[in-house]
Amino acid sequence: MRFGSLSKGDKVYTVVSNTLLFFLLLVTLYPLLNVLSSSFSDPKAIGAGRVAIFPVDFSLDGYRELSRYTPIWVGYKNSIMYTIVGTFVNVTLTIMAAYPLSRKDFRGRGLFIVFFAFTMYFSGGMIPSYMLIRNLNLFNNFWVMVLPGALSVYNVIITRTYFQSNIPDSFLEAARLDGCTDVKFLTQVAIPLSTPIIAVNFLFYAVGHWNAFFDAMLYLSDTKMKPLQVVLRDILIESRISADFNFDSKYAEAKQSIAEILKYSTIVASTLPVMLMYPFVQKYFIKGIMLGGLKG
Amino acid sequence: MRRAKATTGRTHMNGASLKKNFFWRTLWQQRQLALMSVPMLLYIGLFNYFPLWGWITAFMDYKPALPLFQNEWVGLKNFQWLFSRPEFLRAVRNTFAMAGINLVFGFVFPILLALFLHEIRTLRFKRTVQTVTYLPHFLSWVIVVGIAQTMLNSTGAVNQLLLSLRLIDRPVFFLGEGRYFWWLVGFIHVWKECGWNSIIYLAAMSAIDPALYEAAEMDGAGRFKKMRYISLPGIRSTFMVLLIMNIGYLMEAGFEIQYLMGQNIVMDWSQTIDIFALKYGITKGQYSRAIAAGIFKSVVSIALMTSANFAAKRLGEDTLL
Repeated sequence: MRFGSLSKGDKVYTVVSNTLLFFLLLVTLYPLLNVLSSSFSDPKAIGAGRVAIFPVDFSLDGYRELSRYTPIWVGYKNSIMYTIVGTFVNVTLTIMAAYPLSRKDFRGRGLFIVFFAFTMYFSGGMIPSYMLIRNLNLFNNFWVMVLPGALSVYNVIITRTYFQSNIPDSFLEAARLDGCTDVKFLTQVAIPLSTPIIAVNFLFYAVGHWNAFFDAMLYLSDTKMKPLQVVLRDILIESRISADFNFDSKYAEAKQSIAEILKYSTIVASTLPVMLMYPFVQKYFIKGIMLGGLKG
Repeated sequence: MRRAKATTGRTHMNGASLKKNFFWRTLWQQRQLALMSVPMLLYIGLFNYFPLWGWITAFMDYKPALPLFQNEWVGLKNFQWLFSRPEFLRAVRNTFAMAGINLVFGFVFPILLALFLHEIRTLRFKRTVQTVTYLPHFLSWVIVVGIAQTMLNSTGAVNQLLLSLRLIDRPVFFLGEGRYFWWLVGFIHVWKECGWNSIIYLAAMSAIDPALYEAAEMDGAGRFKKMRYISLPGIRSTFMVLLIMNIGYLMEAGFEIQYLMGQNIVMDWSQTIDIFALKYGITKGQYSRAIAAGIFKSVVSIALMTSANFAAKRLGEDTLL
């Protein structure tokens, strides 16, 4: 339909709708573009507030300092390790928890679900968990980044819903006649039929690990173990630079300004993995959120 | 089938032992399923239920150095201390205020966005808006707060814009004044999550029968009327389920954003119950008081959730439980 052929009310609607959506696009994109172009701009231009959405006085100083700032790279390595190991544990446990709950003939299913869903709303709280981690001697331990968040109730529920609605009961009956055990049925029939939901799980958990910062802040004090987000927080929010870092004499007057220069390049570098992945996996994320909306 | 066979041969047994036998037999048949559930049970038991044990220390004058039961029992003294402390009362107020703002914004903006997106005919424009608005969801809070601070500081983009529009004469210290804090948290949440949260409503709208829209068009309904009388009623049940769920989360005002963005000068407005508990429990080592604050929060959450669920049941809506 062309604009001219619309009724008066619909014309008003189209104008209002498009204006609002363009405004939303602008508000969302501007800060992101601003950070990106600042990372390629001269620090003096940024300080003077001259950078908008294009780089001003093109400069790679931010990235040069970033490449020399070792805490970031230690953080990067740690985050990659936590993400890989953590996600693997998450997905394995989620499938193991979700499959039995999806089987209508499984005894105790109802009880397990209540036991489980209750924790979505009710928890001991931060301090009792902190005391537990302390009693388990998990401070400054690799596994503190993996175990306390090993399972997300939400993910188990969407995975269970997927199993329930995508694995026909007749498959199970046929497999049983052939003497197939439950474990075999899960690994050889149910899992191959459920790759979309497994992809969703991988993505949700991986992004969660990559962006997690709070547990690390509470439980890891060893600089060698800190993940990227904690290093980022020091630079971005506290404007704090590791004391043993030798920076370029050009910026040596103030550590503050080094933090300013590093700020934008670190944001870009730390978000890069997620942003590169995003266009390819967007549809899986959307699938995940829609599954979650179903009443399980 | 197999179950039926197993029971028919034993009709001479009395009901109770028959039932018992049947129970053990099923359990044995399903041993693999049961074993698969063990890690989940252990995990939930250890990390979700076991810490509840720590709650008893809220009724003690707990000192970590002593064995647990050698601590002195003090009844509700820690709770009395909390409620006589303006700092805690402010934390409760802040938690409710920010959670309330997030609740309202978290429905209004995503629903509006979904309504507009649903009506767009130009597919490419629709895709662009979707891709761009979903993106901030994947940024960490550390990065979002870092970006927000650069945008909001005295030379940042927001102040520059307001100055050039002559709406203000000198820069506003958004991050340094308490009265802006709640709203900043609200709007930053909208920036980060609005697109992402609209997905579920878009999905609900795309499930509406197109014949309804066609019929409405025949009757001369314009875009606004179709929105009001078809799209909005179409997402009603999704909305209700999410509403009940989110009322249960009303005490979760978010944590990381207040922790990262709340500087000392705005603490009266930024400190939530969680941050209060963190400060007293971990920094100051006053475990009993911090745990009492946590208990208060959990109990209120459960109360809110059950009453929302109850209200929904009375109104004949879908419920969660």
